[in-house]
Amino acid sequence: MARKLKLRIWRGDSTSGGLKDVTVDVNEGEVVLDVIHRVQAEQMGDLAVRWNCKAGKCGSCSMEINGKPRLACMTQCASFDEDETITITPLRAFPVIKDLVTDVSFNYKKAMEIPAFEPPVGMKPGEPRMEQIDVERSQEFRKCIECFLCQNTCHVIRDHEENKKSFAGPRFFIRIAELDMHPLDILRNRKKTAQEEHGLGLCNITKCCTEVCPEHIRITDNAIIPMKERVVDQKYDPVRWLGSKIRKREGIL
Amino acid sequence: MSSSLERHKYDVLVIGAGGAGLRAAVEAREAGLKVAIICKSLFGKAHTVMAEGGAAASMGNANSNDNWQVHFRDTMRGGKFLNHYRMAELHAKESPDRIWELEMWGALFDRTKEGKISQRNFGGHEYPRLAHVGDRTGLELIRTMQQRIVALQQKDARDHGDAESFIKVFAELTITDILKENGKVAGAYGYYRETGADVLFEAPAVVIATGGVGKTFKITSNSWEGTGDGHALALKAGANLKDMEFLQFHPTGMVWPPSVRGILVTESVRGEGGILTNSLGERFMFKYIPDVFKDKYADNEEEADRWYTDQDNNRRPPELLPRDEVARAINSEVKAGRGTEHGGVFLDVSKRIPADVIKKRLPSMWHQFYELAGVDITKEAMEVGPTCHYVMGGVDVEPDNAAAIGVPGLFAAGEVAGGMHGSNRLGGNSLSDLLVFGRRAGMGAAEYVKNNSANPVSQSTIDTAAARIEAPFKRTGGENPYALHQELQEVTHNLVGIIRTKSELDDAIVKIADIRRRSASVTVQGDRKFNPGFHLAFDLDNMLLVAESTAKSAVLREESRGGHTRDDFPGMNSTWRQVNHISSFDGTQVNVAKKPLPALPKELFDLFDPHELEKYMTPEEMSKGGSN
Repeated sequence: MARKLKLRIWRGDSTSGGLKDVTVDVNEGEVVLDVIHRVQAEQMGDLAVRWNCKAGKCGSCSMEINGKPRLACMTQCASFDEDETITITPLRAFPVIKDLVTDVSFNYKKAMEIPAFEPPVGMKPGEPRMEQIDVERSQEFRKCIECFLCQNTCHVIRDHEENKKSFAGPRFFIRIAELDMHPLDILRNRKKTAQEEHGLGLCNITKCCTEVCPEHIRITDNAIIPMKERVVDQKYDPVRWLGSKIRKREGIL
Repeated sequence: MSSSLERHKYDVLVIGAGGAGLRAAVEAREAGLKVAIICKSLFGKAHTVMAEGGAAASMGNANSNDNWQVHFRDTMRGGKFLNHYRMAELHAKESPDRIWELEMWGALFDRTKEGKISQRNFGGHEYPRLAHVGDRTGLELIRTMQQRIVALQQKDARDHGDAESFIKVFAELTITDILKENGKVAGAYGYYRETGADVLFEAPAVVIATGGVGKTFKITSNSWEGTGDGHALALKAGANLKDMEFLQFHPTGMVWPPSVRGILVTESVRGEGGILTNSLGERFMFKYIPDVFKDKYADNEEEADRWYTDQDNNRRPPELLPRDEVARAINSEVKAGRGTEHGGVFLDVSKRIPADVIKKRLPSMWHQFYELAGVDITKEAMEVGPTCHYVMGGVDVEPDNAAAIGVPGLFAAGEVAGGMHGSNRLGGNSLSDLLVFGRRAGMGAAEYVKNNSANPVSQSTIDTAAARIEAPFKRTGGENPYALHQELQEVTHNLVGIIRTKSELDDAIVKIADIRRRSASVTVQGDRKFNPGFHLAFDLDNMLLVAESTAKSAVLREESRGGHTRDDFPGMNSTWRQVNHISSFDGTQVNVAKKPLPALPKELFDLFDPHELEKYMTPEEMSKGGSN
């Protein structure tokens, strides 16, 4: 019932490292995270890997499997050919700590730069009334499990370390879009700051982020493109820009 | 090594960054205190994200008959009246405010037609009561709390020039000891998982919010973090654990393929109309309605089906009995040979709900089965079976301020605290528990700090804690922690599982002691840097204490109630209902003593129909009619 699976796992730290070949048993229905755990338990007790829920809900086990950014817990071993060697490497856009674990603190710094949700002044708990259809737009973005696969795959930072300072990345564009479309949020100019402070303009909508999103959030179509369009509208249409400001101030978006 | 030791001073140290820990941190910060939050994994990954169904709160949005008294009654019934009445009362009264407050922090719950927060049906709740976001409510809750922490940090950056001046999040850090000086909490000691470097926190108040113990068992819905760290830290610090025999086996975990065995299938599947059938196609739950619930649950399919559209004139479908009842029923069906090929039963929504509605109301279930099991739940039935999900037992605390009894400065909230859920937790009561008692723990800690200044940690205390962390590297030739963990899981699964008997529990106690003895000599491969084997060596220690406490409490309780089923004592016993089991640790082993359960005060006693209480209470209790 068990068959042998050939893995090539990157082992090392920030100073040095390389791919190590290992052969491990794999059973029916197992995902890549299962076989990594078997390698840990039987052959490499100190193999570093992040994981939590093992059900695609927490976004911890992000790594690159045959070069593709994926969640190890949602990648079936059966999706590879029987004699194929599976290469497992850490996320490339972030500095390696050890083995498959990278330093993702970039994302937490960016989270800190996005202005928080701001409810209408004087609104009391229990008072909000919102239509289901109005909350659904933001709910799509709130499905994000912060696996940071979109951040990792985005070529604006994947290949250009120097852009990290001025680019928040797809995960935080959907955060801005979520707040911008949030029925209760009253903070103005979210789209404008996305453009001017968080690097929205650097995105050239190749949709790589959408492709790797395990939650199938339509990052590019539903968050980035609408924000880009409206940023353009606002820049060139002073009447609409003024109107949106007034609506937002009165909290009747 | 102590000369280079990283040291921090805070007013309140919160161990655990799930819903309870983050809510406690918010409360303590808002009281003006400096707070450190310890995450065992990354910020925002705690097991709270796995909660699916919702948060129970009697807002009355879906049925205006709902109120705190109804919620209180449901909670007590669900817990078979072993709950600490005061915790259940506070929880029922305060849950709605805690949910509404989340909305002011940006949470977006699903809505009713009137634009209010939508509420869904769940097992054991008389009215639709669970605020929810599809089936990813836990993610919404933790993200909202996480973003609230960030919002407070942003405000601190504006007001004080440093985002981390009042709240700092320490990610991927394990606490190995709670430190005490002069009989009071003085701080905690631990190590960064990333580097393995030691770190000392000095703080007069520590809030434990570490969640559950599922990883003690072989089949569990819990992530690797659920290793009972807080339970063990509290025990070793001199606090007590209450009623550790009560573990909730969630009736519906995935059973196939083996790699996903145990992963949760939300109760919302049943709340939305899912039915359970055996391999003969029988809707078997009608056979398993216990006497105490006969007047609330339909005994025929016609009435059960009518309930979904007319709840005022029909009894509930038995699929929505409390979790312990459903788990035992599934266990019995499988044991009787009426299980599925892979040892579960069928749970089906496909024939009752249109495919697009399933995908909308249960999106992550659809995704989970499609991706992990190759099953399309809009077309086929799921195979499900019981999985270790939640521990009702936990740190013995004062209900109002979450203070751990016996250790000044120590607080506990959420799953790690005991008492709230009695012998069995209702679905949806966990997320609201986190918020209600997380906040109260934060308040309790803040109040304590007002009257108790910093309690400096002595060098000898530091040296002892440091030596413990270093120990696994100094040993050679000991056993592999992974192997010992698997052995422990086999013992608990086989001998302390869903159905228990004295002989097996006695056997388990001996075996757990043996593993514990051998674990004292485990050795680990590699160095301190992000080394899972090293991490497991400490987790294992915690799980062993938890397992010992559970097995020893279970062998003493000679009745079956909620999450504790004894084959040799199958009935509920009113005399045992008056007993809490208190585990303490003497440095060598766990000892279990009896303590009387506080009696219901008259005003709460009178909320129930006496005929119902008679089923749970002794004639003497009934004649007293409450404690005052």
